[in-house]
Amino acid sequence: MTSVDQDDPRETETTLPSPGPTASEELAAVATTVHSANTGREYVRLYVQRVRGGEMGSLPAIAGLIVLVVLFSLLQPTFRGLYNFGNMLTEGSGPVLLAMGLVFALLLGEIDLSAGFAGGVCAAVMVRLMVGYGLPWPVTIGSALVTGIVIGFAIGLLRSKVRIPSFVVTLALFLAFQGVALYILDNGKGAHGDVRITDNVVLALENAQMPKWAGWLLAVLCIVGYAYVKLSALRARKRQGLRGEPTVILVAKIGGLAVASLLTVFLLNQNRSINQKPILTNVDGTIKLVTPPPVEGVPWVVLVLVVFFVVWTFVLSRTRYGRHVYAVGGNEEAARRAGITVDRVRTSVFVICSFMAAVGGIMIASNVAAVSAQNYAGNTLLLAVGAAVIGGTSLFGGKGRMLDAVIGGAVVEVIQNGMSNLVQGTNGSSVQYMVTGVVLLLAASIDALSRRRAGATGLG
Amino acid sequence: MSDQPILELHDIYKSFGPVDVLKGVDFAVTPGRVTALVGDNGAGKSTLVKCISGTYSIDSGTYSFEGRPVTVHSPRDASALGIEIVYQDLALCDNLDIVQNMFLGRERLTGLVLDESSMEQSANETLSSLSVRTVTSVRQRVASLSGGQRQTVAIAKAVLWNSKVVILDEPTAALGVAQTAQVLGLVRRLADRGLGVVLISHNMTDVLQVADNIAVLYLGQMAAQVERADVNQQQLVELITTGGLEGSSVNGGRTGASA
Repeated sequence: MTSVDQDDPRETETTLPSPGPTASEELAAVATTVHSANTGREYVRLYVQRVRGGEMGSLPAIAGLIVLVVLFSLLQPTFRGLYNFGNMLTEGSGPVLLAMGLVFALLLGEIDLSAGFAGGVCAAVMVRLMVGYGLPWPVTIGSALVTGIVIGFAIGLLRSKVRIPSFVVTLALFLAFQGVALYILDNGKGAHGDVRITDNVVLALENAQMPKWAGWLLAVLCIVGYAYVKLSALRARKRQGLRGEPTVILVAKIGGLAVASLLTVFLLNQNRSINQKPILTNVDGTIKLVTPPPVEGVPWVVLVLVVFFVVWTFVLSRTRYGRHVYAVGGNEEAARRAGITVDRVRTSVFVICSFMAAVGGIMIASNVAAVSAQNYAGNTLLLAVGAAVIGGTSLFGGKGRMLDAVIGGAVVEVIQNGMSNLVQGTNGSSVQYMVTGVVLLLAASIDALSRRRAGATGLG
Repeated sequence: MSDQPILELHDIYKSFGPVDVLKGVDFAVTPGRVTALVGDNGAGKSTLVKCISGTYSIDSGTYSFEGRPVTVHSPRDASALGIEIVYQDLALCDNLDIVQNMFLGRERLTGLVLDESSMEQSANETLSSLSVRTVTSVRQRVASLSGGQRQTVAIAKAVLWNSKVVILDEPTAALGVAQTAQVLGLVRRLADRGLGVVLISHNMTDVLQVADNIAVLYLGQMAAQVERADVNQQQLVELITTGGLEGSSVNGGRTGASA
């Protein structure tokens, strides 16, 4: 560690830090959590320093995402189409929702290998109640979510009370839940095997689009909400006489979000159907030229993603509970001495993780319009873990954000989608597995190396 | 400053199975003074501190705080009374910043939401009231701080909560010369603010430099609780290693000079 206090100790009682940045101040600026500066230029300078100090956050993932999108767009005409854009949103939503839950477990340095099949069990519960007993969607979806909470509670107790390492608990449950999902799908009233979803609301989650106006409204709400949060935080800091973010940076951030979200809604509100020309169709015995229905609007699943993203980001960064999650992940003993009930926090992250697994499981079921155990098999979970880690969440605990799950999830989905288009027919899945595995290893290496580098420079 | 002890232990016994660790210990902490607690390894220093902090419960004896007998069963009881312990292995989270660490477990809220700016402001005020100027920003992650700075944060955390007694377990053990001087200066300022300060240390130079009175534990008994002015380093070492002094006025009574 660089020596930070070089001043004579007696001097510290009387003197203020000398003007102009010293080595220690540079280091201090790099390690701050609340980013404030007097000018936009200073802010940018500090940001560059932080990145060079090893605190890269989601930067490698964003860079990777851009490279991959450009690469696949050049190689594969179907990849860059609007249809595929909407397709990737719905396809990728399941793993992203799983990854959001996994961020909580990873923040404590834990892992939940059973999350994929936990989602499968929850989806199986939903579809069994749906096709076997004809229950309405609030009941079937509600039951699936409750199942997730119960599963998470069980994992949490096994981990925090019985004290089995989470790797072992969830590996055992990974196997067990596969059996449970198969059992529920193969027994009981109604169809067996791959059970088709009959409820239109559940199907609509992934397969229907919002009205165009609702998409615009969602974008505007996001922008206004973000601006409100940013500005009220700035006002609170100013009231206490503290420095905040420079105006130019604030405007850039809010403007950036506005452009990105409005552009996304604009693109999704175009008709992205592959079949836009009228085609000959048999209608009531006569052959007619019929225009296929347009595919336009923001998929409903985007609303689900936005809601969970906002809620969990709020919980992690603005509430006492979220602070305690980071504290337990950073130093369990310190958290305990500060009066935090560590076992309760540990149990709760597994509850959140399995709850999100249920949400993801429902989305995956809706996407393929059926529930079958194989849709939740090994790679579902690994893709979700990969998403969180690629996004910048540490496997060692104490570091991670909801945004990581979204950005990392985008990378994973682009690889999955782009590869499957690229290598169609010729051993598609084998290449896909290999590439995803390598990317996951790469992300874990970046995590471990940046941690070591941070250790060397004294940054966390 | 009042001469009345704020924290007073009388005739404390504590044993673990057949091993008697504390055998009738008397110990007093006076507001505005630094009381050093010294003793060789195994003398019972940490056991005594853990009894004060409520980590261990005492077998027999009286525990009085501000003149009233109290029972302390858990660290929570102790901190409710206003007793804070700053441990040697610094209970700080590396991934959190100074403000977050200082308020950990006692975060300030407005409704459901953390009141970050008010916590930051209070952290700034506390640090500057202790004349801590070595920290550039209270939003620095603790991981980026030097050993002395971390110790400072841990101590400031205790002050933030209006503690009346602060117990420091080997605060200078891992520090260099300059940083040690810094932390000892801070220890002095804590006492000057009217807190009762207990300094546990193996370093005789530190003890003699900053303490007002010195309590010496020897094999589970209080060999002496003496005024700093009454002993020199040689006598102190003798007290620690033999439990008494040959032919001296401060000769090892269990009730110390200042109690």
